[in-house]
Amino acid sequence: MSATVAPQQLGAPVATTGTTRDVRRTGGGRRRITTWVLSALSVLLFLFFVFPVYWMVNTSFQPNNEIRGADVNFWPEEFTLRNYATVLFDPGRTPFLPAAGNSIVITILTVIISLVFAFLAAIAVTRFRFKSRRTFIIAILVIQMIPGEAMIVSVFRVIDGWHLLNTIIGLTVVYIATVLPFTIWTLRGFVNGVPAELEEAAMIDGCSRAGAFWRVTFPLLAPGLIATGVFGFIQAWNEFIMALVLNARPEMMTLPVWLRTYLVANGTTNWAAIMAGSTLMAIPVIVFFLLVQGRMTSGLVSGAVKG
Amino acid sequence: MTTVDNGLDPAPSAFEGERMTAPQPKPAARRIRRIRGGFTPYSLLTPAIIVLALITGWPLIQLIVTSFQEFGRAQVFGAPPEWVWFENYANVLTDPVFYAVLIRTIVFSAGCVIVTMFLGTLIALMMMRLPKGFRILLSVGMLLAWAMPALTATVVWGWMFDTAYGVVNYILVNWFGMEEYFQHSWLIDPLSFFLVAGIIIVWGAIPFVAFTLYAGLTQVPDEVLEAAQLDGAGGFKRFRLIIFPYLKPIFLIVTILQIIWDLRVFTQIFALQDIGGIRALTNTLGVYIYQTSIAGGDFGQGGAIAVITAILLMSISIYYVRQVTKEEEL
Repeated sequence: MSATVAPQQLGAPVATTGTTRDVRRTGGGRRRITTWVLSALSVLLFLFFVFPVYWMVNTSFQPNNEIRGADVNFWPEEFTLRNYATVLFDPGRTPFLPAAGNSIVITILTVIISLVFAFLAAIAVTRFRFKSRRTFIIAILVIQMIPGEAMIVSVFRVIDGWHLLNTIIGLTVVYIATVLPFTIWTLRGFVNGVPAELEEAAMIDGCSRAGAFWRVTFPLLAPGLIATGVFGFIQAWNEFIMALVLNARPEMMTLPVWLRTYLVANGTTNWAAIMAGSTLMAIPVIVFFLLVQGRMTSGLVSGAVKG
Repeated sequence: MTTVDNGLDPAPSAFEGERMTAPQPKPAARRIRRIRGGFTPYSLLTPAIIVLALITGWPLIQLIVTSFQEFGRAQVFGAPPEWVWFENYANVLTDPVFYAVLIRTIVFSAGCVIVTMFLGTLIALMMMRLPKGFRILLSVGMLLAWAMPALTATVVWGWMFDTAYGVVNYILVNWFGMEEYFQHSWLIDPLSFFLVAGIIIVWGAIPFVAFTLYAGLTQVPDEVLEAAQLDGAGGFKRFRLIIFPYLKPIFLIVTILQIIWDLRVFTQIFALQDIGGIRALTNTLGVYIYQTSIAGGDFGQGGAIAVITAILLMSISIYYVRQVTKEEEL
């Protein structure tokens, strides 16, 4: 068994240095058996992690009367798109499209504005020396830890006081504040990663400080900005409590709150439609998440993971 | 004897002509040069500070103020709130329901954190030894679970555990012949309600833990492990004496994050209650705050519970903040 597995991890989310552990795995049937057992176990685990996602999609393509039979279909016997039609166009229900529209507008506004604000703040704390710089960074870390659940009441009252309940602006502003600490913290790490010497070199060549930053550092930060932005997107898209409290009117709901209306609807629960709605809501997140996961894994534990 | 001026300081050495080199200045982590910018940094920070002050700072002050007031529905519609100082806190702290919720939350979170960390560590260790193909397979599965929004995940699991048509009951009855699970309701009994909630939370949390710990594991130098093996250290001993010390800082931070996230769990519990749990018997702190204030209309008492919750969580997160500030050059 000399075929040593190259230990790079395609698809694994963290860039790491390769190991040579496998080289040692040459002798003994015991090791081979261990490998087999572990491999079988990993398949079981894979099924455990994937099953709910598969089940959601599977149910969403079955007619509602079909999933209420005595038997369970592990594959849609009668493939149908009716549930999606119900979710999208049924006039009797809280409509999907306005909720999706609200979610998209609020999420995009949140991402853009919080990225701009966080970017400015990140430059301030990484490139400038000023009083209370450290205090600001620690404050950002602490604010990140304030539980949103504890704040719902007072945020509700403050937003109500400004007459911004059930508005796009109200929820957007709250989301910006929610996302901002994390965004500043992460961007700070990315800006730190670009050496200031690069800018200085550009300045020697005749750039102004702002010009040097714009032409040299900014392009290098683009991947970091995108990754951070996507993370903010996911947070805002999935946010549930604040949306539930602040935008409860049907026409101002976001997707999570909309999905909940199906759960608390009177009569029997239309699970097939709920699964179709869940699928529609989850797709953007899954796609964006897969795009950036590699970059973000260590974001939360930065400092502890040292390359 | 002539003094030769070779530009060096006299060497404090016993041997003629030999010169001890001064200890190198510590190869300090690349010192980041920062410039003095006058007002520039402050103006760059202004937008962020304004947003945070208005949407986080101001409500925080409001929260603390309200927790000292009698603040019910009447006050929402304009009646002036009455100052009751510590009455709300006294009410909360003498209310057996609050303690039930608090203990339930702590026990439940502890269970979730322990199971998540245990399984997450095992999976991370396992990924080190898996053949490449299986490792990729497992990674893909975990990424999908990780990417599922908490609410959709809860809804889907709720459907899988459905009393009449859920796939879990179906499999238990038809594949394993456990007839007692025919039409079995998982969410009515608080204990099995939390079992389901725990499965949802652990399922969603393991990928982060496993990936992060795996990233840490790949940093453990092989030479050290090999040396230990040659010295006769067995698998468990290698883990305890070599791998774990390397992993400890990451392990601690991940654990703290899990504790904080699980203590403030809201979405999963709230949505499961919608699907079919008994609210009064399954509230956790986050949901309880919502029930008391938003649904029940008692903002004063809800505020007091919120402040207590915030203090609890902040005191745990102090450790996280200290750990991070210690490791990072700020």
